[in-house]
Amino acid sequence: MIEPVSEDTILITLAPAIDDTLPARIASLVDSIRRAGFHWLVDMVPSYTTLMVVYDPVLVDFRQVTDKLRPIVHRLSTQGHTAELKSRLVELPVYYSAETGPDLQWLATESGLDCEEVIRRHSSVEYRVHALGFAPGFAFMGQVDPSIAAPRKTTPRKQVPAGSVGIANRQTAVYPQVSPGGWQLIGRCPTRLFDSTNLSLLKVGDRVRITPISREAFLAAGGELMP
Amino acid sequence: MSWLEVIHPGVQSTVQDSGRRGYRHHGLAAGGALDLISFTWANKLLDNPRHAACLEIMLGGFRAIAQGSLQIAITGARTSVTVNGEPVELWRTLNLDDGDELTISHSVHNRLIYLAVAGGLDSPEQFGSRTVVVREKLEGRGPLKTVDKLVPREPQRKVPSREVPAHQRPDFSSEVVIGLIPGYQYSQFQRTDILRLTTSNYTVSDQSDRMGFRLQGPALDCPPPGIISEGIAHGSVQIPGDGQPIVLLNDGQTIGGYPKPGVVPILDCSRLAQQLPGGRVRFELCDLATAQNQRRLFELHYQNTRWCQNGQALEWL
Repeated sequence: MIEPVSEDTILITLAPAIDDTLPARIASLVDSIRRAGFHWLVDMVPSYTTLMVVYDPVLVDFRQVTDKLRPIVHRLSTQGHTAELKSRLVELPVYYSAETGPDLQWLATESGLDCEEVIRRHSSVEYRVHALGFAPGFAFMGQVDPSIAAPRKTTPRKQVPAGSVGIANRQTAVYPQVSPGGWQLIGRCPTRLFDSTNLSLLKVGDRVRITPISREAFLAAGGELMP
Repeated sequence: MSWLEVIHPGVQSTVQDSGRRGYRHHGLAAGGALDLISFTWANKLLDNPRHAACLEIMLGGFRAIAQGSLQIAITGARTSVTVNGEPVELWRTLNLDDGDELTISHSVHNRLIYLAVAGGLDSPEQFGSRTVVVREKLEGRGPLKTVDKLVPREPQRKVPSREVPAHQRPDFSSEVVIGLIPGYQYSQFQRTDILRLTTSNYTVSDQSDRMGFRLQGPALDCPPPGIISEGIAHGSVQIPGDGQPIVLLNDGQTIGGYPKPGVVPILDCSRLAQQLPGGRVRFELCDLATAQNQRRLFELHYQNTRWCQNGQALEWL
């Protein structure tokens, strides 16, 4: 479904609900639109089930944009998706501990598991990046094992340290910078997720695997322990 | 070389241009001047490039000294401006000599003042723009400070004296009517809630900033529940659980999960952004083609008009 939503944006909705095949399909749609080389294209913002296309309204109007995008969207829905094979795998090391994950013990108690089991379940799933947003480089990854899914904190923390790994329902993410945040924190990742030169490390459609690391490895990789 | 040496930066002054193009998929806000109309006129007065950077001064309270001679233009909120204590007018070109002291008073009617220098402001570019998005806390990107220098990109270029024709100046009176292009979850809102939204008077809350303007008025009864997060267009109207609308502006987040009955046209966002807390706002349904035509006319006017010799009017090329 393609709908105009404002004077310079159109929203393409691919499915009514989140599923694990969507990130790859959306990444493939982004790729097809980019390759078409439209001179009026300004930006594309993928999210869980949608792709927002931003265009230059001086060059084209919403009818022209819709007409150009329709065949591309149609082709994608009929031919299936080949992007699955090409999608990138990114490994993120995480130091899970009480000192870097102030909610780890709480989550373990809440789930009726011990901390080791929470860590095992969080790091044994291959995640998909479903969306980017909230802050530069903040990647929403899914899906977390239902046994360790946890709601956001009722009162968000004023300051979450950079690199913090959190869970909110069945999503997980790494906070790229210090920011306020309401996710349940279980560890910290020393990898930089956003910098001004390379921009966001992760993009929608990427596969992500998490490797638990020791305190020493975390520090050696440049991780910081500040609360 | 000439520049302006900042003595009082004001409450929050930031370098702004037309914002970033094509970086929202990294989670970066677009940024850019909140009041596109005043910003654009400041540049047009000086024949600056369309996207040249200006200083966006929130609420005034700004003072600077000219080092060398330079040409500037000030547009936006109604306020009093003086050079060496002598009142000068907004919406026109202004020549400063070495040592001149420029003072912009606190604005009690509107929010934003734009100060352009001939040639455009110089500052480091990042992500294809000079915009400062304070909430992102990126290195070297903060509000203006005392002793900062405002340096033109091309020194010593001057245009003849000009002023924006009165009929082309935006009206920032205390009540604004802003369009609402139906879209996103429009059809999921109850008919009575849409009626309430488009017939009630709202006031601008003091919890309004460059991310978005919160409005207060009759709450919508029964907004649809949260949706799966999706891309947010500039001007999107979010209705959170309390039923009070939030109009998302330049520094807003790139995706979000609150239901949206539609989007406010960007030129109307400019008028909204000029309102102070307590300012009155009404929504009026408008159609997309009209909004798109108005925007296009606005952009074409910049590209395809030039100043008449007397500096009092513009003519189409």
